[in-house]
Amino acid sequence: MKISRMQELLDAKVLCCEENLGKHVYSAFGCDLMSDVLAYVTDQAVLLTGLVNPQVIRTALMMDMVCIVFVRSKVPSDEMLALAKENGIVMMSTNKTLYNTCGLLYSNGLVGTSEVTK
Amino acid sequence: MSENLTFRFNVEGDDFTSAGQASVQVKKNLRQLGLDSEIIRRVSIAMYEGEINMVIHAGGGTAEVNVCEDYIEIILEDHGPGIKDIEQAMQAGYSTAPDSIRSLGFGAGMGLPNMKKNSDTMTVESTVGVGTRIVMRIMYKEGCV
Repeated sequence: MKISRMQELLDAKVLCCEENLGKHVYSAFGCDLMSDVLAYVTDQAVLLTGLVNPQVIRTALMMDMVCIVFVRSKVPSDEMLALAKENGIVMMSTNKTLYNTCGLLYSNGLVGTSEVTK
Repeated sequence: MSENLTFRFNVEGDDFTSAGQASVQVKKNLRQLGLDSEIIRRVSIAMYEGEINMVIHAGGGTAEVNVCEDYIEIILEDHGPGIKDIEQAMQAGYSTAPDSIRSLGFGAGMGLPNMKKNSDTMTVESTVGVGTRIVMRIMYKEGCV
């Protein structure tokens, strides 16, 4: 799914890297636990989270994620914005909850990261 | 590559918000070298988990990344409290991280298992009261280590 399509579906405000709205994401991961993001994300995914700290950006960077959507109207700090800008990561903020955000994207064809196997 | 390339970092332990900076830099450096993206990804995850661990548990330490002919080696050393039971610490879900760290999105007991998952070899040496030394190697191709 194109990032611009996600933005429309979520009625999200783009916070940085608007020039990358044409990029695609191939799956999504919704989570406030960065440990799990590091353990389970496998492909070029979008991160949906309500957690706001610089580790969110660094975690996304490590996982080659190209977009982060902050749910529940959370807004990142200036430090986070600078880090995302430097690395071309699109950041958006939506007033929707994590559950509704996931539901909207899923019902419009964006699948989740593969099932977790122990 | 005739000579190994080495990157060294001091990982500050007093500020969790800056944790991960060394790993971000390593990822950048490895990209500049034009290495395979899957190798870079594995190195990044393994090092980032280790770096976060050093900040949470050991008050910081040092990180060294050696780009060798057949593999990339990550050496993490700290003078923290050490790991009492390494086998237990390697189990997914086991954690001694405080709640303050969990509220920041970490400390779920996934760090060491994830480091092992993303490296081809990993050794953990730790002495209680002295510190911990972890060496991980990520091979470019199977059978190189």
